[in-house]
Amino acid sequence: MNEAVTGALTSRLTALADDELILAQRNSEWTGHAPILEEDIALANIAQDELGHATVWLGLLEPFSGRSPDEMAFFRDAEDFLNVQMVELPKGDWAFTMLRQYLFDAYEHILIEALLASTYQPLADAAAKFRGEEMYHLRHTHLWVERLGLGTDESNRRMQDALDILWPAAGQLFVPLPDDHLLVHEGIFPDLAILQDQWVAIVRPHLTAAGLTFPAEIANTAARGFHTEHMATLLADMQLVARWEPDGEW
Amino acid sequence: MTKINEMTMNDEKQTAEFEARIARGEKIEAGDWMPEAYRKQLIRMISQHAHSEYIGMLPEGKWIPHAPSLRRKMILIAKVQDEAGHGQYLYHAAETLGATREEMMDAFLTGKAKYSSIFNYPSDTWADVGMIGWLVDGAAIRNQTMLAQCSYGPYSRAMVRICAEETFHHKQGKEMVLLYAHGTPKQREMVQDALNRYWWPSLMMLGPHDADSPNTPQLVRWGIKTKTNDEVRQEFIAETAPELLAAGLTIPDPELHFDEESGQWIHGPIDWDEFWQVVRGNGPCNAERLGARRQAHEDGAWVREALNGYAQKALST
Repeated sequence: MNEAVTGALTSRLTALADDELILAQRNSEWTGHAPILEEDIALANIAQDELGHATVWLGLLEPFSGRSPDEMAFFRDAEDFLNVQMVELPKGDWAFTMLRQYLFDAYEHILIEALLASTYQPLADAAAKFRGEEMYHLRHTHLWVERLGLGTDESNRRMQDALDILWPAAGQLFVPLPDDHLLVHEGIFPDLAILQDQWVAIVRPHLTAAGLTFPAEIANTAARGFHTEHMATLLADMQLVARWEPDGEW
Repeated sequence: MTKINEMTMNDEKQTAEFEARIARGEKIEAGDWMPEAYRKQLIRMISQHAHSEYIGMLPEGKWIPHAPSLRRKMILIAKVQDEAGHGQYLYHAAETLGATREEMMDAFLTGKAKYSSIFNYPSDTWADVGMIGWLVDGAAIRNQTMLAQCSYGPYSRAMVRICAEETFHHKQGKEMVLLYAHGTPKQREMVQDALNRYWWPSLMMLGPHDADSPNTPQLVRWGIKTKTNDEVRQEFIAETAPELLAAGLTIPDPELHFDEESGQWIHGPIDWDEFWQVVRGNGPCNAERLGARRQAHEDGAWVREALNGYAQKALST
């Protein structure tokens, strides 16, 4: 792998890790506050899986970045994070959290299927490991979209409000990083334009069947690395203790 | 009149048979005959225990967003999730006695049902997560190991499963406290402060002295409890105190010492006024904890309505 490809892989692994880490952070805020006890359990499970995936991606990154997973999570500032903006938005209500998770799960599902064929073996191995968990997440949130979309007028309205924000925001998942084309050329990482078509083919019919309508398509095409105002406070919360005593072993 | 006498006679005979089963060490199962008072005591204890698990998610759950390493964050989410799971098994165990989740939830949220006093104390720093694991879960394990011997089968089996998970909670808490006790000066100070605040409430959570625990004799007779509060408290101190001291921490009880003659740890007087204040709802965080549970319940009302609405539509198609 030449230096340019290594650089591209470093950025892509950072983006993969940061999406999962920040989404896990938001989902874990629900622990103890979910609408039913059974969902405290289910969402905590999803948050643990995402955190586990983030840890794996950060581990793969370590030889390139020279920084440990904990250093990456707790000692970077917002501008160095490459997650999409939709994962850093506040958790909102249960409709927002479930719809965000569904859109992300559908994306991750097709991403993982594509990564199984990666020519970079560690990526293919990680994808094989995550595959089963992701199937379960998608099944869970797929059903929640249906229940809330078709449940009551109020639940439908809340889902529609969430979709109006999240549908355009999700566009950013498919914006390539500047050097992604090098990875696509080497067969390391899939072409996001193809993934986007597959993603739309999964989510659009299901959201329509759940009684939701699509907002005008002004997709978020901001490059990764640009954040909403929520990112700084999210990191302040996440990094509070680690930075309070940076010399400590935690 | 005759009928009532017959019923009383029957009841007495059945009670005698029931007590003989317990004396033989048999488990009572859901659907078996049991005295009404036994059923009521169990519903009270099991639902109180379930509520404790449910509300007990809050003091530690609050620190999930601030966990200082990926590993600690993972462990803490898993731990708080286990507490939700314990709440769930326990509500199911109480349901086998005829209580419904809705009734129990109502009693909990209106403040009629009690839950463990310990969760009404604040979790001020990250070290509290470690101290809760070591002391609070340690005390709970002592109590629950005893309850695993309980005469009611579904409660006993729930306890066996819960104890296995609690053992892991206890271990992670102890590991954290020991690490910080040998850590930087800031970490040492933080963990000592957590001990100062959690020591006495941990002793109190094992319940009033035997002399002030009116339910205990009946509970022991029926095999619901197999040890008294003071016995369990003594076991807890004997296990924990030497290890805390070995870690270089100071236990905030100047009178605490090991009495060679009796082989017992002698502790200073427990502030039972504080305990009763907390039990009666006037502890430092009672309003906040119950308020957070009520808020989550109210915020979730539309979700539960949507689930019902969806289920009805699904049934009618």
